Amino acid sequence: MQDLLRRYGTGLTSVFCLLVAFWILVLIVLPNFAMFEQSFRPYLPVVEVGGPKDVYSFANYSKILDNGFESTIFGIPVTLPIHVLTFLDTVFFSALVTFFTLVFAYPLAYYLAKIASPRSIPTLLLLLFIPMWVSEALRAFAWYVILTFNGPLNAALKGLGIIEESIRWQNGIFTSYDAIVIVLTYCYVLFMLFPIYTAITSLDTNQIEAAEDLGSPWWRTHWRVVIPHAKPGIASGCVMVFMLSAGSLLVPTVVGSTKANWFPQTIYTWFNDALDWNTGAAYSMIFLLACIVFVILMMRLFRVKLSDIAK
Amino acid sequence: MSAGIDLDNVCCDFGTFRAVDNANVSIKPGEFFSFLGPSGCGKTTILRMVSGFIEPTQGAIRIGGKDMRGQRPNQRPTALIFQNLALFPLMPIWENISFGLEVRGVDKATRRKKAEELLALVDLPGAADKMISQLSGGQKQRVAIARALAVEPQVMLLDEPLSALDLKLRQHMRAELRAIQKRTGVTFIYITHDQGEALAMSDRVGVMSQGRIQQIAEPRDIYDNPVNGFVASFVGENNIFEGSLGPVADGMAALTGPHGSFRARIRPEAEGKPLKLYVRPEHTKLAPTKGSENSVEVEVTEVAFEGAFISVHGHAAGGKAISAEVRNDGVTPVPALGDKVYATFDAARALLLPDANVRG
Ligand SMILES: Nc1ncnc2c1ncn2[C@@H]1O[C@H](COP(=O)(O)OP(=O)(O)OP(=O)(O)O)[C@@H](O)[C@H]1O
Ligand SMILES: [Mg+2]
Repeated sequence: MQDLLRRYGTGLTSVFCLLVAFWILVLIVLPNFAMFEQSFRPYLPVVEVGGPKDVYSFANYSKILDNGFESTIFGIPVTLPIHVLTFLDTVFFSALVTFFTLVFAYPLAYYLAKIASPRSIPTLLLLLFIPMWVSEALRAFAWYVILTFNGPLNAALKGLGIIEESIRWQNGIFTSYDAIVIVLTYCYVLFMLFPIYTAITSLDTNQIEAAEDLGSPWWRTHWRVVIPHAKPGIASGCVMVFMLSAGSLLVPTVVGSTKANWFPQTIYTWFNDALDWNTGAAYSMIFLLACIVFVILMMRLFRVKLSDIAK
Repeated sequence: MSAGIDLDNVCCDFGTFRAVDNANVSIKPGEFFSFLGPSGCGKTTILRMVSGFIEPTQGAIRIGGKDMRGQRPNQRPTALIFQNLALFPLMPIWENISFGLEVRGVDKATRRKKAEELLALVDLPGAADKMISQLSGGQKQRVAIARALAVEPQVMLLDEPLSALDLKLRQHMRAELRAIQKRTGVTFIYITHDQGEALAMSDRVGVMSQGRIQQIAEPRDIYDNPVNGFVASFVGENNIFEGSLGPVADGMAALTGPHGSFRARIRPEAEGKPLKLYVRPEHTKLAPTKGSENSVEVEVTEVAFEGAFISVHGHAAGGKAISAEVRNDGVTPVPALGDKVYATFDAARALLLPDANVRG
């Protein structure tokens, strides 16, 4: 603060501070607070808003527990409220997307950071970035085309003799979420790549060589030297991809099968179709909190500290 | 256990740039061998070839008589201590040291025990559970040595490991390294650009310039009998005279130049090349009268007190700088500023040498 004052003078410094305060307060805190407040009030006709029925309660929150639905999780039959089931599916498949992006991004990040010749890096990064110039909606539709029953993927696989019958990708082979997982992985892999790339770049190449010199095979060098060093990058990549995937509305809407429900779609339905903003707000709050709790639990599990991610 | 290393006509090219040119060395088992040379002369490149990170473009490297071509660093019986040490900052010290054993599948208790033994060997007992960042420069140094020793290498390769330390610690670590080498009997290849370090520690020294090995000899020989002007200048000070060479007789020849005619030793292999005369300041005596030969008149311009000796600088005719060292023994007279004295040297102490051996 002192530094800012000295460098830019009182006038400019107060403009900076006011702008930042405006950003945080008006664009972040107030809307979220409004949602938070709304989520405790019942959905009422306009004339009754502020009337005797307009009292705070947890009624909107408890709606998530309505509508028991019979399904199986890992072969065990269970009865869960349908929205809870959607929520669990969303978290599980977002975690799966996170895992896949990690599996793709780590080797690529390592290659870019330590193996590729420095001269080819700008070209490679450009090639990686070009798909990002197209909006997410277009990319999702492109995948919709790729994955259709008579689409290029099936044609190519059949042409190569890998499959005999066309696959209904949108319905999925393994689960009804296949298409969503594929497209989300594609959309968010770069969010995993760059933090890991940055982390590995900062690793002294001599450490990798020292490990090898001491007799270490490549996998142990990665396990003991590279991955521990890249852990903050891996962690922030995972948090980002998980949150983006779990919060994605567009991709599940475009490529998802009728049987695949993504939690943001449920929220969207409350807001848009039911016009019940109060319940929608309650669901959003539940989703936000639950995702944060999940991320914190995962960070505990992998012994990552918050300060690591901030780096 | 230690092994000898042979470099046979080893060359290393980076694109069109030749970093190491035709290196031939035969290092004996258990020897402390140093490569000495200025920055960028190819020392690290040689070490990286021996440890397997770079394959020579030409020639062969043998360790213990076995050709190393195609062997990865993790298959070679060498341990490299990096110029920047490259310790693992995220592992505690004992894991750093025992990493090589972990790789070999040694169980945890044995690893821990071995790490403690090695810490005792390098004089760092009780540091096992600290982290690297908690150590001083010299202590990190020792951990790096312990980590390399843990895998019981037949050859230790050290890349200027002391360059980051302060003078006192450096001197201490020199003695320590030398002692560890004697104790373990492992062959050491040591790289440095500090001539004092190389001369003090090594059994033999290889002096390098621009990718070429100029001379391989015992430290004393390097200093007293350098084979060319580069070696003579790199390992110490010289007064250098130019001139035209007279006939050679009995390994001696005369060089006649603007400052007179001087007699000096000449090696048979140097004959026929352009030569200059090199004589060390400590072999240059100052006296009020002209000597019988190899004498030149000097006006004293600077007298610097160095403790054990006094360094005297002066100009000969034409402004040529000459320096001499006078022992501070209370007997030898010390000239004063502005004195006109004669600098005289023994013909047996002066050498006629060609310039460095460079390609071109
Ligand atoms: N990977 C490389 N690609 C291209 N040139 C290189 C490479 N490594 C080294 N060189 C060049 O080879 C020459 C020798 O390098 P080297 O690292 O062996 O020097 P050095 O003697 O160890 O120097 P220093 O004392 O500064 O460490 C230098 O001119 C350097 O620029
Ligand atoms: Mg070097």
